[in-house]
Amino acid sequence: MADRDENQLLGGTHMNRRGLLKCMTWAGTGVLWTLSGGVPRSLGVLGEAAAAEPQASGFTFLQISDSHVGFDKPANPNALATFQEAIAKVNAMPTPPAFIIHTGDITHLSKDKEFDDADQAMKALKQKVHVIPGEHDVADADNGKAYLDRYGKDTKGKGWYTFDVGGVHFIALINVFNFEPGFKSAGLAKLGDEQLEWMEKDVAGRSASTPIVVLAHLPLWTIYPEWGWGTEDAGRALGYLKRFGSVTVLNGHIHQIVQKVEGHVSFHTAMSTAFPLPTPGSVPSPGPVKVPAEQLHSVLGVRTVNFVRGKSPLAVIDSPLSA
Amino acid sequence: MSPTRATLIGVAAAISVFLVGPPESPSAGEAAAVQAAAGPTAVRIDNFNFTPPTLVVAPGTTVTWTNADDDVHTVVEKDRKFKSAALDTNDTFSQTFTAPGEYEYFCSLHPRMVGKIVVKPEGKTSSN
Repeated sequence: MADRDENQLLGGTHMNRRGLLKCMTWAGTGVLWTLSGGVPRSLGVLGEAAAAEPQASGFTFLQISDSHVGFDKPANPNALATFQEAIAKVNAMPTPPAFIIHTGDITHLSKDKEFDDADQAMKALKQKVHVIPGEHDVADADNGKAYLDRYGKDTKGKGWYTFDVGGVHFIALINVFNFEPGFKSAGLAKLGDEQLEWMEKDVAGRSASTPIVVLAHLPLWTIYPEWGWGTEDAGRALGYLKRFGSVTVLNGHIHQIVQKVEGHVSFHTAMSTAFPLPTPGSVPSPGPVKVPAEQLHSVLGVRTVNFVRGKSPLAVIDSPLSA
Repeated sequence: MSPTRATLIGVAAAISVFLVGPPESPSAGEAAAVQAAAGPTAVRIDNFNFTPPTLVVAPGTTVTWTNADDDVHTVVEKDRKFKSAALDTNDTFSQTFTAPGEYEYFCSLHPRMVGKIVVKPEGKTSSN
């Protein structure tokens, strides 16, 4: 079932299969995730966390999102540089994460040079990077050819795939190909029937105790429909996961942290390594936000922004970047 | 009379017809349609909007979109009959419309951004 299996990566570390994805730490790099059993606890900022937490009972992985390589507007005149900075921080971690996920918008304009620059930057990472596209990665006139030529090998359909690490099943979904215009839809993202049918089959035979992590660029719950921040058919995908004891959904796209827990499902969006976006409804349109240069790094997440102290079920936690 | 001068006179005559209109002009709608057909062929993308949202042009017109936003946009016909590349700030995209009809389009990055190009022969009223 799995397209990619990385059990070997873990070097025999044992994951408590009932464990929850329970803790994350934000730093300039992205989000550090720890999977292990027991009571959720905070880990502090990235550097401290890695030093304090030997991860004996699980493993960590790191989420990077929305690097927008090629972006050079006032909100961040050099998005490649901040992406490289984020990567350098990952490499400086005392306990390196087992692998990296990039939840889309690798590039800004889907240009070959931007993909080349991003690839070159990611070559500095020692770990495997699992990527999914954002809408900025499939905005070429050929409807995503630039992305799929590069990253579509060993994937299904338009780039979706799964992989397994330490007993956790990761499902990488793509919701940036099926946008329909606002005059005949709500303008939300869509996963589409083909992908949903594939996903239904993929999870059908799995034990309900398998921890599931779902990756998708646009949020799989509707955060702000006026800006299209949601996925119209996400409910179907989540329906297939109802019987699983632990489901974690990791998204990008909105360049800020918003989190929600519903029963066994927790949803998390990530910060960008490039530039912040406005909080929902705070301005008429969701364009890049320019902050004073000295503040840019803080809104890209170089400090700890948030963590969840777990008591299930958790309330919706909105965490604007300025908090 | 030099060819240039003849051309100028011809243009001047055409303008007087379009702008002033013959006294027997049947409706304001027709005059507006004629003006639109001969006039604007540009759509500006600004603040996550296509302006004008509906543009009426004559067959054979090339319409040019210009992105004036800091964010990236695309111009995509709803059934993908045409699609621009990702348009960065100040990038343009042009499309020539030969067949009469209505072409609804949107931004595939921000699908709530929608617009329409109406291609109709000059002289047709905008109500049909």
